Amino acid sequence: MLHTFVALVEDKTGLLARVTSLFRRLNVNIISLTVGGTETVGVSRTTIVAEAAEDRAPRIMASLYKLEGVLDVDDVGRHSAVIRELAMLKIAADQSTRSDLFQLAEVFRARIVDLAPESLMLEITGSASKIEGLVQILLQGNYRILEMARTGRMAMRRGHHASNVLEALGDTTPRIDPKTLSGVLKREAPDLLKDENHA
Amino acid sequence: MIMDKREKEAGNHRNSPDTAIYTQPTPLTGAEAVWATLVGEGVRDVFGYPGGAILPVYDALRKFPIRHILVRHEQGAAHMADGYARASGRVGVAMATSGPGATNLVTGIATAMLDSIPMICITGQVSSKVLGTDAFQEVDITGITLPITKHNFLVRRTEDIAPALREAFRIAQSGRPGPVLVDITKDAQQNSAIFDFAAAAPQPYRPHPMLSADSTSIREALELLRTAKRPVILAGQGILHSGAMEQVRALAERTQTPVACTLLGLTAFPASHPLNLGMMGMHGESWVNHAIQQADLLIACGMRFDDRVTGSLSTYAPNAKKIHIEIDPAEINKNVHVDVGLIGDLKEILETLLPRLPGRDGAAWLHAISAMKGDAAVHDIQHLPDNGHLYAAHVINDIWRETKGDAIVVTDVGQHQMWEAQYYKHDRPRSLITSGGLGTMGFALPAAIGAKVACPEKEVWVIAGDGGFQMTCPELATIVQEQLKINIAIVNNGYLGMVRQWQEKFYDKNYEGTPLLSPDFVKLADAHSIQGTHVRHRAEVASAVETARRHPGTFLIDFHVEQEDSVYPMIAPGAALHEMIRRPKQNPLVETATEE
Ligand SMILES: Cc1ncc(C[n+]2csc(CCOP(=O)(O)OP(=O)(O)O)c2C)c(N)n1
Ligand SMILES: [Mg+2]
Repeated sequence: MLHTFVALVEDKTGLLARVTSLFRRLNVNIISLTVGGTETVGVSRTTIVAEAAEDRAPRIMASLYKLEGVLDVDDVGRHSAVIRELAMLKIAADQSTRSDLFQLAEVFRARIVDLAPESLMLEITGSASKIEGLVQILLQGNYRILEMARTGRMAMRRGHHASNVLEALGDTTPRIDPKTLSGVLKREAPDLLKDENHA
Repeated sequence: MIMDKREKEAGNHRNSPDTAIYTQPTPLTGAEAVWATLVGEGVRDVFGYPGGAILPVYDALRKFPIRHILVRHEQGAAHMADGYARASGRVGVAMATSGPGATNLVTGIATAMLDSIPMICITGQVSSKVLGTDAFQEVDITGITLPITKHNFLVRRTEDIAPALREAFRIAQSGRPGPVLVDITKDAQQNSAIFDFAAAAPQPYRPHPMLSADSTSIREALELLRTAKRPVILAGQGILHSGAMEQVRALAERTQTPVACTLLGLTAFPASHPLNLGMMGMHGESWVNHAIQQADLLIACGMRFDDRVTGSLSTYAPNAKKIHIEIDPAEINKNVHVDVGLIGDLKEILETLLPRLPGRDGAAWLHAISAMKGDAAVHDIQHLPDNGHLYAAHVINDIWRETKGDAIVVTDVGQHQMWEAQYYKHDRPRSLITSGGLGTMGFALPAAIGAKVACPEKEVWVIAGDGGFQMTCPELATIVQEQLKINIAIVNNGYLGMVRQWQEKFYDKNYEGTPLLSPDFVKLADAHSIQGTHVRHRAEVASAVETARRHPGTFLIDFHVEQEDSVYPMIAPGAALHEMIRRPKQNPLVETATEE
């Protein structure tokens, strides 16, 4: 199955290589990986979508935590979360086909971001299935996709805090202390044993 | 603080470390900062090999109270640091130059990683100005060692040296230990910066956030312990790391639970203890593996259910509930699914459990296990008639008797390693040093040097095969140069014996690539001014061992043993733990008359 992990890591050279090397070492295939800034200076956020058996998530998380510089790991796929991806598509289109594409874009709430004599560029944000839906329709409609770029998924849990438990307790501590960059580890400990039944 | 060479040679280098720290912030070169930090961390010995990119560090050594042991190959330096750590529990330090010096460390680093050994490797790197240009002897050693270190650092600035090294010491020793590599560019070694040991203190250790031994799981564990009828404790190396020998012993004694050991856990529980069953796994004795297979509760202490101890997973201890006490959350449910995971420091967890554990009458189960032994346990191989053959088992058994089980034994990898595990009875923690996880041939001689440097007062024995010994035997010269006293036993069977055994059992005796020609090891020793002797008969074993022990310098014994002997019992690949190939009846070392 697909797992979606969000890892907050110190923004240091080489850390991304450590993360990807770990997945390779665990023999787990990364489907997508995004890295970018966060609300805390010096902390990067990576969203990793990986293909692995259901019961392997705790071990992947535990192994991520063993990397120096990994501050926080969350298996967001197991919680109510907003998951988004951005894609840009360049599609062959001339005057005769453009208007159909305009309509399609509207249906999918995609935006036209560039227009050229023989092509146009669409930008679409949404769940992976929405993007795949658009691609499918384009292909069925015999449009030629000249180029496609997808960011891979980004994910964020719903609500104020990463942990619903903390939220219920009214805890508003930030997860990472901006001064020391050490994690404020009050979140529920991931239960290593609860996946046993999936073995 | 800074002492000159003569004082150092006079032996003052064993000063307590804190007398040698710069207590005030002081301007130092990066090279000096390396040594000053090591001194501050309590390091007294470093195993290394110089070269261009680490030369500034070597140049600064004369000012510091640290002994440098020149090795003959950097792999040796890594194994020595590893053996040093295994023997003493302190962090071992190896040093090498950039490029080939660094890559030569790799096998030693991987060996330490697989066995969770705290070790630091310091490598020189080309100047930061040319980093990334394929400069002479530039190699991306932090990239290469990424998957085989617990962590590594590339240090480009002088002021980062002390913090990186101190962090490295913290990481190597905390949680589940492991090797850390610190790669330092030549310009960082040459430039100067203010050295402030205290200010370079590492971040406090943050325990792994997934540690969990909460009241619920403790209660569940207690319940399982209370109700078990056929419990077995599985003792691993984590007991040594955690220093939980007393607690495991208390657990065993209080609950009258027999103990089975992993290879690396053999010294974590006294061999002579009546509750010690012996080694489990691929070459474990039959009753040990049967006890595990028939158990209704396994209490795994600081071990990781390696494939060498489980046999086929689908048939492993099918009726047993499992409690896994382990510091590394990534080991829980990895190979074997457990019922209760207590994740944290073993000693702390056992101290929580013990006061809540009532005593227990284990007689019935212990009796059943004794019955499984048949008369195996009463066989003393010394009493078997001398049939003119010299068996490795006799050699090792004699070394054990002559040394009264008191030596630190450092083995290589192969049949002799398994025979050592079977016939040398270890009663003291850290008295067996062996490469378990990686199974690195060539480990024994250098690791023994490290052990001897760490514990000079101890009697140290190398037990190596004729194959593995030849992988690192140039370190004989290191022994001589450092004036060390080590006893070396070569179990010479003319084969890469363990591989030959597999060929015999699983490849139709097609002995391809395993017959092995060796030099005359006694002459090889002689070339190093090391004394030695050949032993071909059983009657000569004990006296040769005695001669070696009494000899003031290093002594080598070349034991010419039975060539096509095999290690039994043995579990074939893919077989279940109880499906052992037993000792053949005509073998003089028959373990039991009551074969199943
Ligand atoms: C560096 C390395 N290469 C290859 C092996 C595979 N291997 C395992 S045991 C063994 C034979 C060892 O022969 P020897 O040192 O003579 O010991 P014996 O088994 O004969 O006691 C080999 C080749 C290994 N473990 N390590
Ligand atoms: Mg051999």
